[in-house]
Amino acid sequence: MRGGQGTAGARVLRFTNCRILRGGALLREDLWVRGGRVLDPEKLFFEERRVADELRDCGGCILAPGFIDVQINGGFGVDFSQAADDVGSGVDLVAQRILAHGVTAFCPTLVTSPPEVYQKVLPQIPVKPGGPHGAGVLGVHLEGPFISREKRGAHPEDHLRSFEARAFQDVLATYGPLDNVCMVTLAPELSRSPEVIRALTARGIRVSLGHSVADLRAAEEAVQSGATFITHLFNAMLPFHHRDPGIVGLLTSDRLPPGHHIFYGMISDGIHTNPAALRIAHRAHPQGLVLVTDAVPALGLGNGRHTLGQQEVEVDGLTAYVAGTRTLCGSISPMDVCVRHFLQASGCNLESALEAASLHPAQLLGLEKHKGTLDFGADAVILYKSHPTPVSWPALDARGVRVPHWRPHPSPWLRHRLCGAG
Amino acid sequence: MTIMRLVILDNYDLASEWAAKYICNRIIQFKPGQDKYFTLGLPTGSTPLGCYKKLIEYHKNGDLSFKYVKTFNMDEYVGLPRNHPESYHSYMWNNFFKHIDIDPNNAHILDGNAADLQAECDAFEKKIKEAGGIDLFVGGIGPDGHIAFNEPGSSLVSRTRLKTLAMDTILANAKYFDGDLSKVPTMALTVGVGTVMDAREVMILITGAHKAFALYKAIEEGVNHMWTVSAFQQHPQTIFVCDEDATLELRVKTVKYFKVSGSKLLTNDELCQAEGSSKS
Repeated sequence: MRGGQGTAGARVLRFTNCRILRGGALLREDLWVRGGRVLDPEKLFFEERRVADELRDCGGCILAPGFIDVQINGGFGVDFSQAADDVGSGVDLVAQRILAHGVTAFCPTLVTSPPEVYQKVLPQIPVKPGGPHGAGVLGVHLEGPFISREKRGAHPEDHLRSFEARAFQDVLATYGPLDNVCMVTLAPELSRSPEVIRALTARGIRVSLGHSVADLRAAEEAVQSGATFITHLFNAMLPFHHRDPGIVGLLTSDRLPPGHHIFYGMISDGIHTNPAALRIAHRAHPQGLVLVTDAVPALGLGNGRHTLGQQEVEVDGLTAYVAGTRTLCGSISPMDVCVRHFLQASGCNLESALEAASLHPAQLLGLEKHKGTLDFGADAVILYKSHPTPVSWPALDARGVRVPHWRPHPSPWLRHRLCGAG
Repeated sequence: MTIMRLVILDNYDLASEWAAKYICNRIIQFKPGQDKYFTLGLPTGSTPLGCYKKLIEYHKNGDLSFKYVKTFNMDEYVGLPRNHPESYHSYMWNNFFKHIDIDPNNAHILDGNAADLQAECDAFEKKIKEAGGIDLFVGGIGPDGHIAFNEPGSSLVSRTRLKTLAMDTILANAKYFDGDLSKVPTMALTVGVGTVMDAREVMILITGAHKAFALYKAIEEGVNHMWTVSAFQQHPQTIFVCDEDATLELRVKTVKYFKVSGSKLLTNDELCQAEGSSKS
């Protein structure tokens, strides 16, 4: 149920005895909600002359906006890149299961696939609001096939493509209609990429740079054409070099359009990026860091062989490889583990870690008015960060319906860090 | 009993606590209910912050409810958006109303963005009258001795109206507007001296050395419109609550007199009781 005049009569909920993430800080403030949106209580008091209808004592919990995952390939056995007849129910299953990781909105991601797959699957993944049933679908993230052969990583070589011949027409011919797409990852060194980037951006689709051997100049040109994201920084791109920093150099480039900065995805599962590299990126450009899972269908399944796109993967503990090789192909760490790991590895404060998984992805997608924050007017999608007591609190959405709760890591140190000093 | 009292506490925190306890006792003693609301006049600024914090504490402890209390604030800037962080609406919400159980319909603050400002002032006076007058008006004092925004030269029988702020006041307020004088509002709606004098009881909070000279002018010199707080020398029931620093410009004789008569008299609770019983 969305806001506006119609919600004026709806019940006002007041969450008290909590700390809320707002404006980059954890404030000792009550959170007021009405009609699924965060409410300005001062306005309510002076203009409508109303008080809360219901008070909820949060027992000292932290309330934070739901996490947003902009790169997730599937999970729990579901592979978004499989051309199934009923893709929708697979998406629904993942949407429901990732709630327990604190993810309340996501971008189902398709890896490099043949055109038939895109044209069958894309129409079945419409944008969909979230709720107690599952995380919301914000749009599809298409990672490939317009990527570098050399840096394809786990993507199948046979299905790589270029748009050299007809630029954007080639893009449309490959994917079909782009209605449900919110982001495309491509390699900017491919011929005619600036035109393609401009055409995608003009349609409101975010362009991300990744799986590429581009140098810094090509990357900057891509950003000037409209690219705003880097797909899993450090992975599948040229390593940082002090005379040509490559795509990594975008973090500190002085050639970006004024007032703009680059966002960059980080898989902080402890495997894809060395903590020292994570810290370098974070310290160079903290405002752009976006935590992503890049989770594969094996997420939540355990050790063994599973399918990803057109290939087989092997899961061993917290690591997933292309079967028979040592090439990493995505992570199986849930988002809450990524947040905790990022917190630990970067030494940043809890507010920054939470923002990297909520506010920054929302800003990347241009949704920060309603998502990724607890500002007045935002969608009231709230995570409870439980207090370290045996009583655990369920994550509630604005209507107060229980969803599977977000459990803190069993490690006492991490639990303490998460719940803060009070 | 109709004497002016001067209560001197050692420091700001003790003065704030004393004042808050007094207000609390007054309300509780009054036994407010559905047909009998306690009407309270309220100030803003840095001086009463400690007092508000204490009142909130008493409320959170379950000792004090504002369910049957009506409040009337002294003033509000003209032309500042209601949700501006420096508006008095914002001040009252953040420092008081959001922490207590007052009914929003009973929290009255002048609207500095009203279409007809004088009509807004007249309506405010009417609301006070309809509420049965103010039982206890709590106020502060400016460095220039003003009460509310009744700047030097204001009529001592004035009512709620639009006022242009004195330069002293604008300078004093600049700290709330990033030190930029051009950002400070130049006009305000304010209750008049007469409006506050109509209250059955008045409590003025004065803390800090920078207010000492104004306090001296207010109680050791004559009643005059250049130091409008001096009007309260003629109010039947006024208490000045101060810290030591605020008494720095007073004569030792004055301070000794009030300290002796004060301590001889009563503690806060007893003071309340005594006053209360003398009325009934």
